[in-house]
Amino acid sequence: MLHWLAEPFQFAFLRHALVVCTVAGALCGVLGVYVTLRGMSYIGHGLSHAIFGGAAICAALSVNFFVGAGLWGLGSGLAVGAVSRRRIIGADAAIGVVTTASFAFGIALLGLYTRVKQSIDATIFGSVLGVTNGDMWLVIGVTIVTGLVIALRYRVLLFTTFDPDVAEVSGVRTARVEGLLMILLSAAILASMKVLGVTLIAAALVIPPTIARMLTNSFARMLWLSGVIGALCGLVGMYASYHLDISSGATIVLVSFAAFLVVFLATKGAGLKKTAGLHAH
Amino acid sequence: MSPEVQLPVPTGPLVRLRHVQYSYDIDPVLVDIDLNIEGGAFMGLVGPSGSGKTSLLRVLLGVLHPTSGTIERRPGLRFAYVPQVETINWNFPVTVREAVLMARPQRRWRPGATTEESRAVGEALGRLGIDDLADRHIRQLSGGQQQRVFLARALLAEPDLLLLDEPTSGVDVRTRHEVLHLLAELHASGLAIVLTTHDLNGIAAHLPTVVCLNREILGMGAPRDVLRPDVLEQTYGAPMDVLEHAGLPLVVDRRGAPIESIGARGRLRSA
Repeated sequence: MLHWLAEPFQFAFLRHALVVCTVAGALCGVLGVYVTLRGMSYIGHGLSHAIFGGAAICAALSVNFFVGAGLWGLGSGLAVGAVSRRRIIGADAAIGVVTTASFAFGIALLGLYTRVKQSIDATIFGSVLGVTNGDMWLVIGVTIVTGLVIALRYRVLLFTTFDPDVAEVSGVRTARVEGLLMILLSAAILASMKVLGVTLIAAALVIPPTIARMLTNSFARMLWLSGVIGALCGLVGMYASYHLDISSGATIVLVSFAAFLVVFLATKGAGLKKTAGLHAH
Repeated sequence: MSPEVQLPVPTGPLVRLRHVQYSYDIDPVLVDIDLNIEGGAFMGLVGPSGSGKTSLLRVLLGVLHPTSGTIERRPGLRFAYVPQVETINWNFPVTVREAVLMARPQRRWRPGATTEESRAVGEALGRLGIDDLADRHIRQLSGGQQQRVFLARALLAEPDLLLLDEPTSGVDVRTRHEVLHLLAELHASGLAIVLTTHDLNGIAAHLPTVVCLNREILGMGAPRDVLRPDVLEQTYGAPMDVLEHAGLPLVVDRRGAPIESIGARGRLRSA
């Protein structure tokens, strides 16, 4: 058992991946609370695809990945936020068109310019291979900043999420708060894309908050529970990924799903009723 | 001349609207609105759906800016807004305490309540008689208690003027009485109150001032002066009669049945 636990620590990149999975799990878990309560899951999904396109363009142009993809992600995040705020019929479709096109563009570019074609698989499904020191510090940095921002702007973030109209009337600049949330979300997706993968980030944003919601009626508790659950799923999923040789994104999602089932059965399904206020779309 | 300096006592109305017009697109929803909201106001805005009640409320709140005309607020005026309970997401994971506290500006980096804030929240909940429910989820409350949570949130802002959008929409008769009594108490304690309502007999007839609105102000004054067949027909576009019951006007339809509510395009629902 001890050997099983210690084995991944022999390799630097696996040590990094372990940290990244755990921290990224917590990060996505916490942000996912806002995402699910605001019905932005689709936006999270779309953003990760859009950012993938930006990353591929950077690779093709040999621009620094994080600078380029970061700017791209920020731009798409704010654009998607602006579109969704207007609540025009078909705004979802517009997001779908732009983000999937960006994704397809990224796939095409990676296919044309990269030497190792497997890296497409790795980007889409997540990989624990080749996680660098820089990757690790990036996700830690983003998590610390996110934690600070959420603490500092806790009440306006909650007010805007719960009751945007009244928040606006009470003098909260809700458009700014939403922009802030989009920036945090873009940064989180960017930082965790490597290990979680483009398509499975959405699950890391949705499953831990759903589990946390089944366990509590308090917002503050839901927030930290979701972070802890996300971190645990990331940690356990990463071990499973290493030992079973399955992509990290997939194992993290499967571990999360197992945790969901356990809580669902433990609350005898009563917990699931509480999730009525969460929206996957 | 006395050497004492007179402190400037704020006088005049809290809010003064002059010739206010508002349009979302081409057709105006509010036309030539002249309205003073005085310090001790307890005013009900009535009118059919689409008559501009909510728009007027939003102009008062400063969310909508008049297309033309002027709005003046007494300097330093503090107001608070209570939304319709129907617009609240009751599945949202917040406890009563969390729901009340979220509207309070956060002055430290830690989001938790300060000692002063805990006291203020306790006081607001106590004033509304729900201090023992502070840790309940907002769903686990009766209709009247749910309304009280959002009143408590508004009171935490220590407002001079309280604005409520349809405070009794979608609640049962008992809750309606409860809310009306509560508002009367708050008014008696010195708070100016403006609300919109569909409920002519249950709410509007009990208020000191009623404003009949349909794009323009068609009547304003005490219920017995305003809730008259001619004004109501002008406002709602439907014929109604007014009887007197226990000293208050009672609006009935042409068959003599009391009007319960008035829906879209003046469709009446009678008892």
